[in-house]
Amino acid sequence: MVVVVPSTKAKNAVVGQRKSRTGYFLLLPGMTWLAIFFAIPFVTLFLTSLQAPVAGQSGQYIPAFQISNYPDALTEYWPQFLRSFVYAGIATALALCIAYPLAYFIAFKAGRWRALMLVLVIAPSFASFLLRTYAWKTILADEGFITSFFNYLNVLPDDRILNTGIAVIAGLTYNFLPFMILPLYAALEKIDPRLLEASNDLYASAFTTFRTVTWPLSLPGVVAGTLLTFIPATGDYINSELLGSTQDRMIGNVIQTNFIEFRDYPTASALSFVLMAAILVLVFTYIRRAGTEDLV
Amino acid sequence: MNWIRRHLLGFVAVLVLVYLFIPIAVVAVLSFNKPEGKYNTSWRQFSLDGWTNICGVPGVCDSFLISIRIGIISTLFATVLGTMIAFALVRYRFRGRSSTNLLIFLPMTTPEVVMGASLLALFLNLRFPLGEITIIIAHIMFIISFVVVTVKARLQGMDPRLEEAARDLYAGPSAAFRYVTLPLVAPGIAGAALLGFSLSFDDFIISFFNAGTVVTFPIYIWGAAQRGIPVQVNALATLVFVIALLIVLISQFVSGRRRKALENEISSSPASIDSLLPRS
Repeated sequence: MVVVVPSTKAKNAVVGQRKSRTGYFLLLPGMTWLAIFFAIPFVTLFLTSLQAPVAGQSGQYIPAFQISNYPDALTEYWPQFLRSFVYAGIATALALCIAYPLAYFIAFKAGRWRALMLVLVIAPSFASFLLRTYAWKTILADEGFITSFFNYLNVLPDDRILNTGIAVIAGLTYNFLPFMILPLYAALEKIDPRLLEASNDLYASAFTTFRTVTWPLSLPGVVAGTLLTFIPATGDYINSELLGSTQDRMIGNVIQTNFIEFRDYPTASALSFVLMAAILVLVFTYIRRAGTEDLV
Repeated sequence: MNWIRRHLLGFVAVLVLVYLFIPIAVVAVLSFNKPEGKYNTSWRQFSLDGWTNICGVPGVCDSFLISIRIGIISTLFATVLGTMIAFALVRYRFRGRSSTNLLIFLPMTTPEVVMGASLLALFLNLRFPLGEITIIIAHIMFIISFVVVTVKARLQGMDPRLEEAARDLYAGPSAAFRYVTLPLVAPGIAGAALLGFSLSFDDFIISFFNAGTVVTFPIYIWGAAQRGIPVQVNALATLVFVIALLIVLISQFVSGRRRKALENEISSSPASIDSLLPRS
């Protein structure tokens, strides 16, 4: 069954739109900035990823076309790559499960508390990202309440949470949760509550209503939230550095250490480029489903 | 049983909100701690050291001020540039709309480590010296998109007929903009600036790549994490959190009241704007 929700958005976009040179003038400075400092750096990143080392001088590279940098970097660091996608994937799935009930509640049940609850969703980001992540060291500490509880249940493989992959995933889930909640809320809020009532009137159970009405209509939010959580989580290295052990390093850690500490610019650039390419594939799959107008 | 079923969702929602604030509570509580040894991760003894001697540890307040300075400058530039783009997107027809949308969207979905690395590759290749300037350039770049999204949402929610009405009443384009459009969009711009500042102030990854020897507040914390974070950092972070939360709550409260007042005024005056305009 296809539900057609009348959209007023497309109409508003045309009303009051003028065609004049002012439009280009308004776009020019900002878009130039983005072109120079966002788009062009990808070109330099690509060129850097092909550079060859200068013999005998560490940290010095010359322009070259050393495509072998890519297979070299990937054979050395594929475990961290794989781990990044697995950790980010699990964290995204967990975030979706945690975020959905809250987003649903804010959209349909919160009433006059709605604005306040939205503020509370954003508020945690006013406290330092690094310190919040660091705080999980205290919460998940070996002698702490949570670790003791799970040890009592005897479910932890290493009898601890801190300095394991579990802590890294927990940190990622927590840190990117608002990026899941907000798009979910935006999609749920657009649903006409009368559709849910209609489904209820037609004797659908609460579960059937959710499965056939609410969930399909919230899919744009699910897709957007999943992207906005998965992408930063894949590239993140703060959680793995602060909460994990050296066995839990992700691709972000590798890029950072290679770039800043080892000064192995070609390897780090090649890895960044592969990571970006993987993410662009995801984004374009999304665009093909949703179009660009809803992106921004 | 029925009562539980009816309130289960609300209970879960509140639980998730509490979960969001647990680490912040830890940060705040540990700001009153007197840590044993150098790592401030477990509670030992109550102390006001972190608060009474907030600049007591060298580097903490310096890095804090550097972050504030970078935040203000980047936000200023990004807000102006982003607002202009938002106006163009909502009010003007132009060619290349979908590539424009894409170039604004991509910075929000690119992992910070990739943006930081690629910008560093650019600066290294240009032999551009790293420092506060490069951090500010980077921050403006990644804040612009968030400003565009925020201001654009506000503009789209605004009735274009209000501006047309002003023009019909012989306001020139600049007067209509100054007296009608700008006041209506201002809350959106202010919100965008606040968001931009908090993004810049809290950014670690992109800054770390392009900082050279400059130490911002997050970079200070990163360095301190290895050798033990002083309680003063917890105190400052708690202070920032409380101030930001108060600003947002107060502005929500004020705009809510103003909206109510405006609605009363419009519904009580016989010639409301809507009744003057032709029904569409």
